[in-house]
Amino acid sequence: MKKFVLFLSLVAFSTTTLISQGYTIGDKAEDFRLKNVDGTMVSMADYPDAKGFVIIFSCNHCPFVVATEDRMIDLHNKYAPKGYPVIAINPNDPEVQPQDSFEKMIIRAIEKNFPFAYLFDEGQKVYPKFGATHTPHVFLLNKSGDDLIVEYIGAIDDNTRDASQVEEHYLANAIDALLAGEKPAVTETRAIGCTIKVKK
Amino acid sequence: MGAQNPEAKYNVQIYDFEGIRPLLEKDNDTTYVINFWATWCSPCVREIPYFDKINSKFAEKKVKVILISLDFPNQYDTRLIPFLKERQIKSRVILLDDPRANRWIPLVSEKWTGAIPATLIYNSHGKEFYQKVFTYEELENEVLKFISN
Repeated sequence: MKKFVLFLSLVAFSTTTLISQGYTIGDKAEDFRLKNVDGTMVSMADYPDAKGFVIIFSCNHCPFVVATEDRMIDLHNKYAPKGYPVIAINPNDPEVQPQDSFEKMIIRAIEKNFPFAYLFDEGQKVYPKFGATHTPHVFLLNKSGDDLIVEYIGAIDDNTRDASQVEEHYLANAIDALLAGEKPAVTETRAIGCTIKVKK
Repeated sequence: MGAQNPEAKYNVQIYDFEGIRPLLEKDNDTTYVINFWATWCSPCVREIPYFDKINSKFAEKKVKVILISLDFPNQYDTRLIPFLKERQIKSRVILLDDPRANRWIPLVSEKWTGAIPATLIYNSHGKEFYQKVFTYEELENEVLKFISN
């Protein structure tokens, strides 16, 4: 019986922590060093001129990611020259989701001609620090002195499925606010996405 | 009429969030197990038989499972209906066609970041939200907490 109670409390514990872990608005984000699809290792420190970063937890297989890939490309092309490049990170374990292997990331990056870094969170050490739970899941970081401060978490916009029906460009609005020296008006949004794949 | 027609059994209704909202707020003697899923979500698909089993095993205990699909509406005929037929799913299935997810996700639960699978279990005594992948045993344990109340 004791064992059963312990088991139940463990289940309850894991359920709540799964949801609440990771960065919240105003937190300092840690840098990472991950393998890019071009074979190089990439850190945020490699972008000395950046004013911040659009970190998007992404992958190959998720239909909601596929529906937003062109928007990620457009965002990078618009905002990288202004100091906010996109960095996409695949957090999935390819043993659980074989379509999200590093080799298939390279194929996807070539097919879509990604202009941004597409990194593999090998060993799944980075996504838990951010508290990413699904793909696509966006974290907008802003440089403040030597720190990278989390300024926006959530969705790219208000219509993941259909770019032509978007009414509110949450992420672009947040970057525009930072460029204007202001805080984003909307700091957290939600969208449906594919849960990050972890071995049981 | 549906009993004579195997096609009709899988005539899944399509609603926007306002259409499904009453199903999340019923106040009666039934325990509702609401699962958000999609055919393209592999951990969701693994869980679907567990939910269907709960629906039949606990029907007499007044447990009702509702499977809310987030499949793209243009895949209704090509993916959703064939999946339900192939797996012989008996639980009620609804297609939620409402792209403004930022508006309705917090109305399901403040704890939900948007990842699927996600599950809501509630009855007139309580409500719990789970952003997680269940094993059958875990799911049954959670349901038992509600029906032993």
